[in-house]
Amino acid sequence: MAAEFIPEAEPLHPRDNYLNVRYGVGSWLLTRDHKRIALLYLASITFFFFLGGLFALLIRLELLTPGGDLVQSETYNKLFTMHGVVMIFFFLIPSIPAVLGNFLIPMMIGAKDLAFPRLNLLSWYIYIVGAAFTMWAVVHGGVDTGWTFYTPLSTAAANGHVVATAVGIFITGFSSILTGLNFIVTIHTMRAPGLTWFRLPLFVWSHYATSLIMVLGTPVIAVTLLMVGVERIFHLGLFDPALGGDPVLFQHLFWFYSHPAVYIMILPAMGVISEVVTTFSRKNIFGYRFVAFASVAIAVLGFLVWGHHMFVSGQSVYAGMIFSLLSFLVAIPSAIKVFNWTATMYRGSISWRTPMLYAFGFIGLFTIGGLTGLFLATLGVDVHVHDTYFIVAHFHYIMVGGAIMGYLGGMHYWWPKISGKMYPEGWARFAALIVFIGFNLTFFPQFVLGYLGMPRRYHAYPPEFQVLNVMSTAGASVLGVGYVIPMIYFAWSMRYGKNAPANPWRSTGLEWQTTSPPPTENFPVPPVVTSEPYVYATESEVVG
Amino acid sequence: MNQTEIQARESLHPEHIVSPKSYVAVFLALLVLTATTTLVAFVDLGPWNTVVALGIAFIKATLVVLIFMHIRWSSNLTRIIIVGGLFWLAILLALTFSDFATRGWLPILRMRP
Ligand code: HEM
Ligand SMILES: [Cu+2]
Repeated sequence: MAAEFIPEAEPLHPRDNYLNVRYGVGSWLLTRDHKRIALLYLASITFFFFLGGLFALLIRLELLTPGGDLVQSETYNKLFTMHGVVMIFFFLIPSIPAVLGNFLIPMMIGAKDLAFPRLNLLSWYIYIVGAAFTMWAVVHGGVDTGWTFYTPLSTAAANGHVVATAVGIFITGFSSILTGLNFIVTIHTMRAPGLTWFRLPLFVWSHYATSLIMVLGTPVIAVTLLMVGVERIFHLGLFDPALGGDPVLFQHLFWFYSHPAVYIMILPAMGVISEVVTTFSRKNIFGYRFVAFASVAIAVLGFLVWGHHMFVSGQSVYAGMIFSLLSFLVAIPSAIKVFNWTATMYRGSISWRTPMLYAFGFIGLFTIGGLTGLFLATLGVDVHVHDTYFIVAHFHYIMVGGAIMGYLGGMHYWWPKISGKMYPEGWARFAALIVFIGFNLTFFPQFVLGYLGMPRRYHAYPPEFQVLNVMSTAGASVLGVGYVIPMIYFAWSMRYGKNAPANPWRSTGLEWQTTSPPPTENFPVPPVVTSEPYVYATESEVVG
Repeated sequence: MNQTEIQARESLHPEHIVSPKSYVAVFLALLVLTATTTLVAFVDLGPWNTVVALGIAFIKATLVVLIFMHIRWSSNLTRIIIVGGLFWLAILLALTFSDFATRGWLPILRMRP
């Protein structure tokens, strides 16, 4: 969007930016700069991404052969539990919001910082304390309940460190509530003069919707895990039928948060894709208001569908029917987004830069993930494929194919702004291709496996499933390589990369109208916004 | 919004100051209601047991929200947020009870002891 000052007038590399104003560990650990806090989060979630990846690697190695030969079944249960817990609560939920959202929201709205900078730093510390509890549990023998902590297994039977893990997730939840709260207040009160709600970048809209879910949903998972702890320690009958509780109640409470939580993971990625698609198609987004409201609609409708995880749990079939119908509704705003992105690209001047490659990957894979979600939301079909590898494939298409592609696309797109350096484009395109191939090789066979009846969460399987499992394990290794390459060249570029100009992609976003990397206060002169967010469209401006 | 605008807004809606007297009054009311809950617990009202207990709890929560949390004097945005939170709680309860209330409808489940 057009700001009142001319970016070219800025020096290419300002002497003072947020990275070099101060040095030393203390200047990072006590910072209140949203950009530095974003980098604290980046370092932490990267650690958890590779830890979670290590567990995944061991799972896939075990499944290379039909027999349960690498690890015992109990160890296997712990591996998939810790994989899920680490990836979901400590990587995916904070990923885009706490890193890119933290870094970009103040810049996109022309503010100096978030509304509550201290609270922002506190949220990172809370995250670290929560992670410490869960890591303690991992190191001292782990948990084996699955990331879903279903009762009465988790309260009466499992003998791993359920309570320590749950306490860790409970604590981390507060960091996500604080982030959401901070974003909501910031977006309401700190927009630059002239920046009306319908001039906000779609990235900001999607984070607003995400924040609503964080604030409204997370308290429920916190209370639920507390109840698990209370039942486990004090034998208060809440969920265990032997004590007079109802195990299905646990599933209601758990999924009331955890279905919306899947939208905490995907909505921010959708925000990234909206930005990337407009920039690299050099076109205004098609149907801005539809895309903006679709984010809010997803956030609200996402709270009405949780029972689709419970079709075979003993939930009343009548409730099942209602949840099935409501689940179909969520697909509408999701589809609106996909159609609008494609319509935006239509007759655009598309450049095949790395972020755009990830956007293409996202759109295709999210569509497959979302459509298979509709299969699963169909009550009758779900009875057949529930708890099979079909489910595993479905959510990995969305979470890995969608959310992580969005995250990587966003990291590449904003890396010049974050680090002030360009990444090597050739390597980056190569890695994007590897990720795409590795991803599909890993997870497409799992759809077939699940449809053929291979259940999830077992460490051994009948020999006729081996070929597909070998493909999946091979794909996982390729995917792993695809994730390590960007790690290497991002780190490399910090030292050896070319200096990034203020606006390498010629984007109209406000965050590009300041230097790369930005100064601590983001904008030397507070910007004034005079136009809509994506002003690319005039024919004369279209450059190949 | 810049600093001066924030100040302008604040002078339009000055922070309401609650007198210590009303705080004490609410505090006493809360104590009395707690005592009532305890006393009523010893009387068997049949199906009304839960209704009365929840009713008293509701009154107490309302007092805390309106007076201790200053919602009576807050902006509409703050009120919308409170109502939104309650509405979300209502979603949780309504859809969960749509399960519990209809589980017995299916003949096969009605045979449970
Ligand atoms: C288009 C909208 C979607 C629909 C209709 C949908 C539907 C479903 C259904 C019915 C299930 C339960 C299957 C079963 O357990 O038998 C399921 C599982 C799952 N979905 Fe989706 N889904 C959608 C989008 C998403 C998104 C956006 C994500 C993540 C970002 C996601 C993540 C998951 C996860 C993690 C599970 C499995 C949870 C578990 O049991 O461990 N889904 N989905
Ligand atoms: Cu769901």
